[in-house]
Amino acid sequence: MSKTTKRLSLTNGSEENPIVDVVNRRFFLRSAGLAAATGAFVMQSCIKDHDLAPGGGVAVNLGTGDIGILNYAYALEQLEAAFYTQVIATPYTGMNDKERRLLTDIRDHEIIHREFFKAAIGAAAIKGLTPNFTSIDFSSRDIVLQTAKIFEDTGVSAYNGAGILLENPTFLLLAGKIVSVEARHAAIIRDFLRPNDPFFAGDDIIDGNGLGLLKRPSEVLPAVAPFIYDNIDASGLPKP
Amino acid sequence: MNIFKIIDEIQEVDGDAVERLQHATRRSFMTKFSRSMAAAAVPVAMGTIFNKAYAFTPGAIDVLKFALTLEYLEDEFYKMGNAAPGLIPDKYKAVFMQIGKHETQHVNFLKGALGTAAPAKPDFDFTAKGTFANPFGDFDMFVFLSHAFEDTGVRAYKGQAGNLMAKEDEPLLDYALQIHSVEARHAAKSRDILSTIRGIDRIKPWITLDEGSPRPVYEGDNNTIQGGVDITGIAGKSLDAVTEAFDEPLTKDQVLAIAKLFIR
Repeated sequence: MSKTTKRLSLTNGSEENPIVDVVNRRFFLRSAGLAAATGAFVMQSCIKDHDLAPGGGVAVNLGTGDIGILNYAYALEQLEAAFYTQVIATPYTGMNDKERRLLTDIRDHEIIHREFFKAAIGAAAIKGLTPNFTSIDFSSRDIVLQTAKIFEDTGVSAYNGAGILLENPTFLLLAGKIVSVEARHAAIIRDFLRPNDPFFAGDDIIDGNGLGLLKRPSEVLPAVAPFIYDNIDASGLPKP
Repeated sequence: MNIFKIIDEIQEVDGDAVERLQHATRRSFMTKFSRSMAAAAVPVAMGTIFNKAYAFTPGAIDVLKFALTLEYLEDEFYKMGNAAPGLIPDKYKAVFMQIGKHETQHVNFLKGALGTAAPAKPDFDFTAKGTFANPFGDFDMFVFLSHAFEDTGVRAYKGQAGNLMAKEDEPLLDYALQIHSVEARHAAKSRDILSTIRGIDRIKPWITLDEGSPRPVYEGDNNTIQGGVDITGIAGKSLDAVTEAFDEPLTKDQVLAIAKLFIR
């Protein structure tokens, strides 16, 4: 399976994943409606990387104020939802029942988060982003779980760091409701990697005061940029 | 712990922070942060300086006191559990040592932040007046209480975030969120162990609907109204998934009602 193929393995109808809808519509409809007729399918070589070259499009502006922060969260949730959709569509070698069960749950949670933000932000929402998972070998358990760990830990640190940037208490509470679920995901992913080890709440992400990692958008966005084709313009976000 | 990193972070939030810290407490700063200072004492001195340099709102101080009470409870629970001979199977020892370590750190950090305003540790009774017969002799009961305490902690911090939104409380909101996410990691692993030892897949790292016990810990976690909108059925997902995707807060009164069961 080529990297291009892996990146564009889509689920049928892509209702799981509006993020890749853009790609789906743009390219797949050329293939005479197969999308409607098949189950999970894998795009073959009909897509060229240069069609989605990084930096090739208009930058996606997150906006300002609370809306900007919500769009920031929406962008991260889009990325996570797309990732787990792929993980479940093309399970890695040796995925056991428990892993499949919990990873499917995580996929559903991320899709719910994504759709919630999309609906909540409404007309001010950014577009569906195009993920770039070309570097990820989805057949490898270790690579998939290591990548999941990065996404979850980054998500937790991002929500932690976004709290003080929000003005509206309703949004702060919503962020709080979501971040603890992301932290639960992070813990179990880490436990898959090192079962019953302190790693689930490891010293690499929790400091000597028992405080979990916290990152502002200026640290988070460069970390996730390699996984997104679109350029994100965060210049309007509130500054700490 | 890197004290300068913390100050740098404060400086990022509040450009005047270092100047204010130095102005307010130059003398104590120089003495308290001498090289000989033990790392364990840093949070205490740090907190004292915070209190002098920053006028935290009274509401925020109340949040810290409330949080400290919960952390005292968790800290003592794991200290007793980790010390109880034969209680924790070898394969799970490292997990509960790690959780216990964090709870001790949280206690020290919050005590430091509160300084002389820190409340004393309550006298705990983890049997809850006999409701839980043998929490430090029966591993199932220990894990059961652990998951309940952790889920309570997650919901408790979440419920207080909105009381830390004043500009002068910004560092505290950061810290509260950071502790909150650590408690959530603990909760997930504790629930995972409970699921394993009971052989119940339905107990997951996340909370499904309002399922769980003791009841007051999980009351209202099946809420589906988010941001004023009922999201039942969103993206065609099950009610289980919709309620798992959002952890719900508890009020201070709800949390104290739970904690009081374990206070003599």
